[in-house]
Amino acid sequence: MNPKRCAACKYLRRRCPKDCIFSPYFPPNDPAKFAWIHRIYGAGNVSKMLQQLPDQTRAEAVESLCFEAKCRVDDPVYGCVGIIHFLQTQIQQTQNQLAKTQAEIALAQTKLSQTHNSDFM
Amino acid sequence: MRGHEPRSSSSCAACKLLKRRCTPTCIFAPYFRSSDLITFAKVHKVFGASNVSKLLGEVPEEQRQETVNSLAYEAEVRLKDPVYGCIGAIASLQKKMLELQHDLAVARTRLLAHSGVNNNQVSPLDDSPELAAFLDLVPYSDLMLLDGSTSLDAYLYDLGQPPFV
Repeated sequence: MNPKRCAACKYLRRRCPKDCIFSPYFPPNDPAKFAWIHRIYGAGNVSKMLQQLPDQTRAEAVESLCFEAKCRVDDPVYGCVGIIHFLQTQIQQTQNQLAKTQAEIALAQTKLSQTHNSDFM
Repeated sequence: MRGHEPRSSSSCAACKLLKRRCTPTCIFAPYFRSSDLITFAKVHKVFGASNVSKLLGEVPEEQRQETVNSLAYEAEVRLKDPVYGCIGAIASLQKKMLELQHDLAVARTRLLAHSGVNNNQVSPLDDSPELAAFLDLVPYSDLMLLDGSTSLDAYLYDLGQPPFV
């Protein structure tokens, strides 16, 4: 067997051709990365997805697929959508806090101007 | 008349798309109604029917609807953005969160200046160890280079609504 097979071909126990679509993105020293991808998406689906993308975007696509696959392995029910939900909730709470603080500023400014007006009278 | 059984008219969307008989124990049937072929088509395109079947088999039955909802959302977003998928939405939300935290800090400083009182009250949210831990957790740090010019609004649910039905 060719010792220079990429992690995908090692996992799939097949020969790694020179034009292997996976080899630029799945080096042999990181087998877990392809394992997550294969478990969640399947090698065939990922291969099709990569083939439909321009070369220069494939590395980013693989990284995002790996992240999402890892999230799904860690949380089979929500995957990375759990992170989105968490952030949306936090954003809403922070927006509420910001609105409250801005209202308090407006109130403080009103009181201050009332104080100044009464000083001049 | 042919010898094979006629396909059931109550086949779920998965079995309709996969052109197979929908059995009473079909794992997909409760979650992919026959009227919703498009949702299953998207999920199948991204994850594959057999992977979805395995995922559903790994979660308790009472959580399978939520699992299907999140898979459908991920598939939808991935098909709209084949490069970044949900990570694009996460990056955008992270950026928004950092901006809001900055705005809140500025507003609190202004409030302190106006009130002239030492305000030692700190919102639990600011000190939320979960939020701080999360912002350090996401390893895909290059995503923060996204300048927000890509419109991701179509991927985001209204903040007032939960992401799932």
